[in-house]
Order: sequence, then structure tokens, then C-alpha cells
Amino acid sequence: MATQHSRSAARFMMAPAVILLLGWMLVPLSMTLVFSFKKYLPLRGGDLGWIGFDNYVRFVSSSAFWPSVQTTLIIVGGVLVITIIFGILLSILLDQPMWGQGIVRILVIAPFFVMPTVSALVWKNMLMDPVNGLFAHLWKAFGAQPVEWLSDASLFSIILIVSWQWLPFATLILLTAIQSLDSEQLEAAEMDGAPPLARFGFIILPHLARAITIVILIQTIFLLAIFAEIFVTTSGAFGTRTLTYLIYQRVLESQNVGLGSAGGVYAIILANIIAIFLMRIVGKNLDA
Amino acid sequence: MARAVTTRRKTINTVAAWAIGLLIFFPILWTILTSFKTEAQAINDPPLFFFFDWTLENYAIVQERSNYMRFLWNSVIIAGGSTFLGVIIGVPAAWSMAFVPSRRTKDILLWMLSTKMLPAVGVLYPIYLLFIKLGLLDTRFGLTIVLMLINLPIIIWMLYTYFKEIPGEILEAARMDGATLKEEILYILTPMAIPGIASTVLLNIILAWNEAFWTLNLTAAKAAPLTAFIASYSSPEGLFYAKLSAASTMAIAPILILGWFSQKQLVRGLTFGAVK
Amino acid sequence: MYLKNALCAATALTLISTTGAFADTITIATVNNGDMIRMQGLAEDFTAKTGHTLEWVTLEENVLRQRVTQDIAAKGGQFDVMTIGMYETPIWAANEWLVSLDDLPASYDKDDILPAMRAGLSHSGKLFAAPFYGESSMIMYRTDLIEKAGLSMPDAPTWSDVAAAAKAMTDKDNEVYGVCLRGKAGWGENMAFITTVANSFGARWFDENWKPQLDTPEWKEAVSFYNDLLTNYGPPGASTNGFNENLALFQQGKCGMWIDATVAASFVTNPNDSTVAEKVGFALAPNKEGVEKRANWLWAWALAIPAGTQKEAAAKQFVEWATSKDYIELVASKEGWANVPPGARTSLYENPEYQKVPFAKMTLDSINAANPDSPTVKPVPYVGIQYVAIPEWAGIGTAAGQEFSAMVAGQQSVDEALAKAQANTAEEMEAAGY
Repeated sequence: MATQHSRSAARFMMAPAVILLLGWMLVPLSMTLVFSFKKYLPLRGGDLGWIGFDNYVRFVSSSAFWPSVQTTLIIVGGVLVITIIFGILLSILLDQPMWGQGIVRILVIAPFFVMPTVSALVWKNMLMDPVNGLFAHLWKAFGAQPVEWLSDASLFSIILIVSWQWLPFATLILLTAIQSLDSEQLEAAEMDGAPPLARFGFIILPHLARAITIVILIQTIFLLAIFAEIFVTTSGAFGTRTLTYLIYQRVLESQNVGLGSAGGVYAIILANIIAIFLMRIVGKNLDA
Repeated sequence: MARAVTTRRKTINTVAAWAIGLLIFFPILWTILTSFKTEAQAINDPPLFFFFDWTLENYAIVQERSNYMRFLWNSVIIAGGSTFLGVIIGVPAAWSMAFVPSRRTKDILLWMLSTKMLPAVGVLYPIYLLFIKLGLLDTRFGLTIVLMLINLPIIIWMLYTYFKEIPGEILEAARMDGATLKEEILYILTPMAIPGIASTVLLNIILAWNEAFWTLNLTAAKAAPLTAFIASYSSPEGLFYAKLSAASTMAIAPILILGWFSQKQLVRGLTFGAVK
Repeated sequence: MYLKNALCAATALTLISTTGAFADTITIATVNNGDMIRMQGLAEDFTAKTGHTLEWVTLEENVLRQRVTQDIAAKGGQFDVMTIGMYETPIWAANEWLVSLDDLPASYDKDDILPAMRAGLSHSGKLFAAPFYGESSMIMYRTDLIEKAGLSMPDAPTWSDVAAAAKAMTDKDNEVYGVCLRGKAGWGENMAFITTVANSFGARWFDENWKPQLDTPEWKEAVSFYNDLLTNYGPPGASTNGFNENLALFQQGKCGMWIDATVAASFVTNPNDSTVAEKVGFALAPNKEGVEKRANWLWAWALAIPAGTQKEAAAKQFVEWATSKDYIELVASKEGWANVPPGARTSLYENPEYQKVPFAKMTLDSINAANPDSPTVKPVPYVGIQYVAIPEWAGIGTAAGQEFSAMVAGQQSVDEALAKAQANTAEEMEAAGY
């Protein structure tokens, strides 16, 4: 059991991190809250006084609000589903004996090192461009009409790009989890004649549950904030305007800081709803 | 591996894994290849894979147009500095949470993670105003601090989950032998924690290197890192695939190389407590 | 801060002893267009003349706009010279955010700046930004293709001429598309073009009481025409093509016609980049029969100095250098007359050397045909041809641009796009208190 002495030492050691993060959260947050109750238009002279809840009402009643929430959820959900399913399959494959495992692993994790702006630019121009992109060449080679990825399948394309970036992360975490699996247990099951699907469903998947929750938690945090991928590829057109992007448009394009700040407060609320939901699951898993 | 594996099965595994690995790596490979083509070859139909006139002219153009080394140096300082600071602050915090847990430890940890959910665009204006007041705009110091704060929750969480796996009995034993707190941390904990810290450092260098919102909005000329370098190549006039590829390759190469060389260390600690 | 100033002073002192003048380092935010990149390459000339050194922040257009607007609105003071457009200049000048350039020396010859450019970059009679280059829009077409189609392009065509030519030149099997137009969402992208089309069909953005007019028949006719033209005879993926994408397509020989900025003329006729350099003709932007306004816009990328910079004197020297007659001569001597920054000075168009450049006359005619003070057939309360010079325009224009972009992609009808754009515009205008 920890002594009184080590308790106060622990508190002392935690203090810098807690104080810094508290400041980082509270200072901008309170400023955002203040702005959100003001008419604040930098291009019209800045602070034009208090206007109560006008910004909040206006932000929600705007025709763009609900679609943007929906888009956010679709992108986050889509990427999670893709990265987890393919992450599991890939990690099982990578766990098998093979030649050149190290090199394959390097190839697989490479996208994680690419900055989002670069990967968005590369996918948009060199792969998905309907005239000069590689996919267009490929489609034409098979006599098909090239797909206009970023306008006709805009959400899918963005989910694809973001999934490509995050698949390595999911794979790595799931792979470490699979490697920690007791291979004797699997062998025993195999000898008992359990088919592969049953082995997967009853042994591997339950073992991965914890890793999957972790992947969901960490990725959700980053995915709620994706910006560069949308900015570079569609600039929010074709139904790809997420809540983050809508706020960006209000604050920086329309230069309406008050309205954008109200949007920011909504985004914080949404993030926290998701956070509480996730933390419940993870929190439970952390105890176990 | 106790099981006997047939060569056939191993071959199938190898082929499948390599195919998928190359598929995933392909966009990067294609970018690197394109960076050595001329602009006309870059959009050639059918696409050219290896048989074209390899040229370095795109790299020369990019280097002539922008001072790559300065952007690179800024990226190194900002990513390295923010990670270093983060670890200095994060290690004690994670240590105390892992070894002297209280009832509130888990809440604090989850609260820290939730600060990462603040949407950056929503607080850009306040942060910008603060930076002006403090004279931090376009300074490497200012950016280092911001990136450190952004990544601190991840650092603490990663370290915490790693420290938790270190058996407490060893520490108990050391304490019985009369080790002081300092000795305990220095001689027992640190050696055991090195792999976890190493992978935390690596992950955070990657995250800080690739951060593209704050680095773009809080810098101009002096502190601009590689994310700003790329922003000047995103849609120049006319044909630009080859130049874009060269600039992209230059922006990602350092981190890609670092990542590859250290992938073993990165992977070892990258569990976030996923493994019991 | 003190230490930093002291250091600056110390470096400045050493420089004084070597160059004999007070030397500063000025930070310039600029866009990554070809003419600006060229200027960076020639900046040594400025440093040699004045001793000042330059720090460049070169960004893609959208990022640049966001960065400089953010900086000037919050008074960040990160830049000493900013590259801005005709849209920003009068708004920022009205907020007293810019330094007036009226006191540039006589040798600069301010009266030589093209009248249309001067008007667009001034506020209450004072010049606040110096044009680096100016542009209107015009038709660039393939002389070989139009001949093959058995047609000819008049110097001042109508929209029906354009539609007929587009139809005749389209050859989708060989990847030749009759007309390339902007479809990418953005107030400076598709909305610049669509607004000029609307003007040439007799439409306007707002009536005299600032009521949005997108629900009028003129708008419907203009947008339907644009949509039909682009979806029938345009390239695939037109809804994501902006200036740069279309330029690349035209240079590859995939467009029969392209209606866009006059500055593009020097790129499409440059044999180093363009496969069709020898086969390009130029014509005035079209209008609908019987409508007096043509679909040509007016724009300038200009250099402005934010109020409050510590280095105003050095910044002014730079603006003077970069927009002077001497700079034009310098570029001409190094890169040839076809590559000088166009559309800013009268004297350039009087220069016999420049008159030999094939697109010089059409560029000047297009610029002269544009009048930002009277952009539409019916009276409007705003200034600006392809934009509306109010702070809310960037937001309104971009939101509308996204609706029209989705329309070109076939995701909604003309009526739906117009209705949504109208509703959003009304919403934003109400929020701004009109």
C-alpha cells in the first residue's frame, strides 16, 4: 500500500501535467464561450456587443447544421469499421509464418508516417483525378468510364483516404494483441476439430476485444478533428462538410467569430457525448 | 512456433501478405516514382512504372524555389522539442498514476484524453489572440508548447499503460531494501520503462511532425515547418504532378526513414494497454 | 523582446557599414502563382539595390487568403507585405487596416496604372494596394479544332456562338472536350465564373435593398445554360476543376475552349509547358444576345502593406520595386516579353515590343470592357463584377459555389441549387444585419 509520503510525492509529480492541461482547456474554452455570446465580426470592427443566445440559435437552425453532424458521424463510423475489419484480417495474416515478414510490416505501416496534407494531395491528384489519375487510366484500360471519385463518391473517397492513413495504426495494435494470444489454446482448439471460423469467433475475437476498444477510442479522438483531408480534396462540397469544417467556414471564411464559437461549443458537446459513451466502454475494459 | 508449417501454407501466406503490403504502400511508391519523372511523363497514359528517363530536375526546382533545409530544421526542432517536453512532464505524471493510484486516477486520465476532443478550429481565434499578446506568433517556442499540450494526453496515456505492466512487486522489494524514491525511479523503473518511453517518443514525433492545423496557422516565415512547405505546392499552375511528388517525398522522407529504422521500438510499446 | 530588438539593431549596424543604408528584413505573404514565383527568383535585384532582405511565405491561394485575413483581422502583425486581391482591398482599407500608397515617389508614375485597376484597388480616392498583375477573363480556343469543325470564332462572340463551337469541337472518344469551365466550389473559383455568366444574362446578386436575387428568371437561365454547357461538352470531373486543373487540361490539348483569366494566355502559349502553344486563339468573353454586359471579370493580385508594421518604409520600397516599370523591364530582359506580369500598367500596352505578344491586345480590350462600379444591367448597391465587395461575400460565395458544384456533378437540379443558394444567402445577410 502506498504511504502518505509517496501519495504527496505522486500528487506533486502529477501537478505539472494536470495544471498545464487544465490551463490549455479552460483558457481557450472560456474565451470561446465569451465570444459565442457576442456579435463578433472582425471584418466589421470586431466586438459588437452581447447578443445572448442568437449565435446558438442561428448555428443550429442553419440548413447546414444537421447534415454536417450526420457527415461527421458517417466519416468517423465508416473509417472505424473499415480500419477495424481490415486491421483484424491483416493482423491475423501478418501473424502467420512467412518470408520477409519484417519488410511486409514496414510496407503496411508506412501510410501512418505520411502527413495528412500530403496523403490528401497524392490521392486527390495522382490517384483519383478523373482525367490524369492512375485510377482513371486503370478504368480506361478496362474500357470503363473513369469514376469522378471526389464528386460522385465524395464521402466514400474521403473515408478511403482516411482509412488508408489509420489502417496501419489499427493493425499494429491488433497485431500486438494477437501475438500475445496463447498459441497453445489455439492449437488445442484446432486439435479438437474446431473450424477456423469458430476459432476466430470464440478465441481470437474475445481476446481482441480490449485492443479493439482502444483502437476505437484513440482513432475517434483523431477522426473527429480531421480537417486537412477535406480542405484539400473537396473543400466541404458534395456533402463532405463535417461539423469541424462548418465551424471553420463560419470562423475563417465568413469571419463570423461569434457564430463559429457557438458552433465550437456544440462541437465540444458532441465530442463529449461521444467521449462519455466511449469512456464508459473503455473504463470498464481498463478495470478488467 | 511449435506447429509444423507446411511450405505450401507459408508460400500462400507470403504471397498474400506481400500483395497486400505492396497495395497499401503503393500510393507512396507511386509518389516517389513520379518525383523522378518529367511533368509530361507523370501524366502519361498508359502510366509509366520503371522505364522512363529518371531525372532529378524536380528536386532541383523545388529546392531552388524554397529553402527546404529551413523547413526541415523547424520540423525537427518543433517535433523533437514538443516530444521531449511532453515526456519530461508526462513521465512523472504517468509514474504516479501507475504506481500510486487513487480512486480518481482513472477519471483524471480520461479527462486528460477528453481535452484532445476540443475542436481546434473552434479555439483557433482565442489561441491566436493569446499568441499575439504573448509575442509567440511565428516562433518555434510557441509552436513547440502547443504541440506538446496537444499530445500530452496521448503521451501520458501511453506511458501509463506501459508502466502498469511493470510488476509492482519489484518496486516493493526495492523499497524493502531501503531504496529511496529517486533510486527507485532511476535504477529500477527507468531501465524497465525504456522501451515504453522509446515508443512513446517515436509515436509523438510522428504525430507532431504531421500536425497540419496549428503549424500552418501559427507560423509565417521563421518557424514554418514542412507542413507549410507543402502548402505552397498544393496547386501550382499547369502540370505539377512531378513537382508535387518531389515536394511530398521531401516532406515525408525524414519521418518515413526514422519510422522504418525504429519500427521495432515503435511497435513494442504501442499497445495502449491493449494487451493484458 | 528587448534582446531581439538589440540583436536586430546589431545586425542592422553591421549591414550599414557594408551597404551604407539601413537594412531590414521584410516578410512577404504571397500566392504560389507563376508570376510571384518568378519574382522570388529575381528578388536579389531588390536586395542589391536597397540592402533589405526578404522572407517569403508562399502559400496556395485558399490557404493564403485564410492566413492573411486571420492575421490582419486579429492584428497579428506577422507580415509586412501581403498579396491580396481586389475583393479584400476596399474592405480592409475601409477598416483602416492598410497603409495608403498615395505617397509613392513621382518616378513610380502612379497615373500609369490602368484606370480600371486603380479604381478597384482604391478606397475613397486613395490607392491602398499596388497591382502586381491584373486580369480580366476571355475565351481561349484552339484554332486548329475550330477550323476542323468548319467554324470560326468572332472577336466578340455571343453565348450561342460558344455553345455551337463547344458542340462542334467535342470529341469524347479522343478526350477532346468542347469547353472547360470552372466547376470547383469556392467564391474565387466557380462563383467568379458563374457570377460573370449571370451578369451577361442580365442577372444580379442583390437588388438595391440588398435582397438576394437568385430566385429570378435571369439567374435560372444563366445557371441552366452554364450547367448544360459544362455537363454536355465539358471534361469528366468538371465539378472539381478550378483554374489550375483547367490550365493543365488545356495545356494537354484536351479542351476546345476555355473561358478564364487572361493571365492564362501566357501559360497556354508557352511551348515549354503547353502542347498546343501554337494553336491558341483569343476572343472577348461572351454575352447573351441583346445584353450589354459581357461575361468578363476584373481582378488584380496586388501588394498591400498592413497598418502597424514596424517596417513600413522598407515595405514601401519593396512594393514600389515589384510593381514598377523597371521590374517589368527586368523580367522582359530575363524571360522575354510574353512572361512579364500583365494587366497593370498602361505603358506596357504602349510598348511596341509587348504589342507583338499575341494576347496583349485582347487582354487590354477585356480589361477595358470591365467596370466594377457598374457590373450588371440592373442597378446594384455593391462594387465588384465577379464578387460582391462586402465582408460576408467569401462565406456566401463559397456556400453558393458548393451548391452549384453539386449541381454540375449531377447531384441536384438547377432549381434545387438556386433555391438552396438563395436561402443560405438570405440567412447570412440577415445574420450580418442587412
